[in-house]
Amino acid sequence: MDLARWQFGITTVYHFIFVPITIGLSALVAGLQTAWVRTGKVEYLRATKFWGKLFLINFAMGVVTGIVQEFQFGMNWSAYSRFVGDIFGAPLAIEGLLAFFLESTFLGLWIFGWDRLPKRLHLAAIWLASIGTLLSAYFILAANSWMQHPVGYRFNADTGRAELTDFWAVLTNSTTLVTFPHTVTACFLTAGALMLAVSAWHLRRGRQPEVFRPGLRLGAWVVIVAAIGVFVTGDLQARIMTEQQPMKMAAAEALYETDKPASFSIFTIGSLDGREEVASVRIPSLLSFMATGSPSGEVEGINDIQAQYAARYGEGDYVPYVPVTYWSFRLMIGFGALAALIAALALWRTRRGRVHSGRWLWIAATWAVSLPLLANSFGWIFTEMGRQPWSVFGVFRTADGVSPSVSPGEAATSLTVLTLLYGVLAVVEFGLLLRYSRAGAPEIESPAESDDEADRPLAFAY
Amino acid sequence: MELTTVWFALIGVLWAGYFVLEGFDFGVGMLLPLLGRDETRRRVLINTIGPVWDGNEVWVLVAGGATFAAFPEWYATLFSGFYLPLLLILVALILRGVAFEYRGKVDSPQWRRRWDACIIGGSLVPALLWGVAFGNILRGVRLDARHEYVGGFFDLLNPYALLGGATTLTLFLLHGTVFVALKTDGPIRRDAARLAVRLAGPTVVIAAGFLLWTQLRDDDTGGWILSGLAALVLLAAVAAILREREGLAFVGTALTIVLATAALFVTLFPQVMPTTLPGGEGLTVTNAASTPYTLTIMTWVAIVFTPLVLCYQAWTYWVFRKRITVEQIPPVHA
Repeated sequence: MDLARWQFGITTVYHFIFVPITIGLSALVAGLQTAWVRTGKVEYLRATKFWGKLFLINFAMGVVTGIVQEFQFGMNWSAYSRFVGDIFGAPLAIEGLLAFFLESTFLGLWIFGWDRLPKRLHLAAIWLASIGTLLSAYFILAANSWMQHPVGYRFNADTGRAELTDFWAVLTNSTTLVTFPHTVTACFLTAGALMLAVSAWHLRRGRQPEVFRPGLRLGAWVVIVAAIGVFVTGDLQARIMTEQQPMKMAAAEALYETDKPASFSIFTIGSLDGREEVASVRIPSLLSFMATGSPSGEVEGINDIQAQYAARYGEGDYVPYVPVTYWSFRLMIGFGALAALIAALALWRTRRGRVHSGRWLWIAATWAVSLPLLANSFGWIFTEMGRQPWSVFGVFRTADGVSPSVSPGEAATSLTVLTLLYGVLAVVEFGLLLRYSRAGAPEIESPAESDDEADRPLAFAY
Repeated sequence: MELTTVWFALIGVLWAGYFVLEGFDFGVGMLLPLLGRDETRRRVLINTIGPVWDGNEVWVLVAGGATFAAFPEWYATLFSGFYLPLLLILVALILRGVAFEYRGKVDSPQWRRRWDACIIGGSLVPALLWGVAFGNILRGVRLDARHEYVGGFFDLLNPYALLGGATTLTLFLLHGTVFVALKTDGPIRRDAARLAVRLAGPTVVIAAGFLLWTQLRDDDTGGWILSGLAALVLLAAVAAILREREGLAFVGTALTIVLATAALFVTLFPQVMPTTLPGGEGLTVTNAASTPYTLTIMTWVAIVFTPLVLCYQAWTYWVFRKRITVEQIPPVHA
């Protein structure tokens, strides 16, 4: 059980390092290529090729780690799969049919099709792949949102499982509708930060400013606009979460006693077990505003909710692990906000054609690439850990979902193998990203026209 | 027709599609040491599947997802029961997928050798294990009354299932060799054609042996017919190889894989995972299925989108229809 949880946590957080970069960067690369097709400026083509290469190095990892995601529900969580398969399987299958085929096929066409497709058709390929990544995000978030807020189903006592009654309700789940924009804007924030960081690295060394100054400005703008989106959708999400999973909101603040108005603590030094608080910096009424939209709203505390749940679901512990929910919630917001701040500074210091900036800002901007990645991870850790002990909120406990037929030895083997493999691949992928980031944008030469068609080298080959 | 039958058939179609498409991918991967004498030739081999392998692999993801949606009990039992073999397949597919993308990214023979090993192993392991898995599904496994697998890892390595593994392995290898002969030109094309002739004999014997054993065990009329057709088409494919009709030979090996997969699914029906345990309960299309409501929705989604997917995937093959030669491989990696 613990092994299966660790495996799910590790593989999912790891997978989600690559996913946001894929989703955000595919659209940015498509945008740059569109600019090239429309204006014919060679800088845009160089930028397309440069960011496209980083995108592909990252995409490969997203794809292969995604296979594990698809299969491990059945491998480690067979009891869960039996219980929810009637509902949960459908978005997963549809994701494969609608999104994965689109992404992989058109990306293949894009990578190898530079000289095989007319310009506009080739451009369409990257846009379709990008749309594929968004579709994929939508269906997988619909599946996850159903776990946060199950709708459109009934429990069938005869079969002992949850059964779908309204698929439209699952697709238009209020939780999905706020989680999707929150996640997608976070993806753009991540990709924007990557662009900002790599560009800053080059600009600090005065390299290729014709490609990387626009790259820096574009990345920074994307970060800022996306950060506003993340903030607004996060606010909506917090209210929906308070309504649907009040325990998660209470655990996010480590709020044990119901409070009105409730304050939000920036940080707390203390054990967070509700008994004592050593020191905390608090903003009055902020939690009330986040949770209810009104500065004087009442926010229920962990103890009250625990008592309600015990009455509704039977005796048991319904409190998630509070130190994790408390800190992951803060770190998610903090890292995201810091990235936006650095982007805003970078934008200010490069205003009106300026290229130079302080050395420290460039260094900070380079390191800023890690901030959204951390924020994303903490966001997922918060939303998943905050739902515990449930795997489907109010319906199905995580502890009941694990595969009975998998021995601890098998689970340990799989956890060890995947962790080691992912560790090694992380080093390889990071090394390659560094190498190709440092290499800078390629110089574009116009191809020799006189070559015989048949023997002409491929425009791209593995 | 019952929706459960429709979905059983659809999942069969997805697996058949997967085996045809990634079958030659796996074959090409396994051919690196056999046909890839030098770096340029290895790159020719890899580039024959470069634009398409990823799309081909999606077929198995969709097959898995469709099984989850349409037959959750089957998905849960199969994936938790065949735990370690599946882990091996996952590791293989991960290494192989990354290898295609990364092997050309650093200019060092040692770097490329390592990734080549990942491509070869990552192609060979799944090519073998998918056959072993299907052999075990047909043979039946030890499922208890709650549909939980209670056998061990070594129960899965029985002679019948291993013959199934040998069948997919050799069939995919031959299929891949024919594909290389079809997609390349020059010496590598001739070598592939020659190798295909040498592989043909053992492949026919192994595949026919497995299909015959299956029918002797389960004796299903439809299964007999489809197995017989598969064997005939495979022989026709071999004849086409001998006459250097590569296109025809490729259609032949592809059709053989489709027919053999169909034979296995038809023989299995209406069960999806029989049990060999007295007192256990095997899984059938009925007791493993989702509700009619879910199946109806999934059917509509499949009806609307599958033809679309088939169209654009087929178009990809059309775009990249040209044969590849060593002369076309750019000296440096793009």
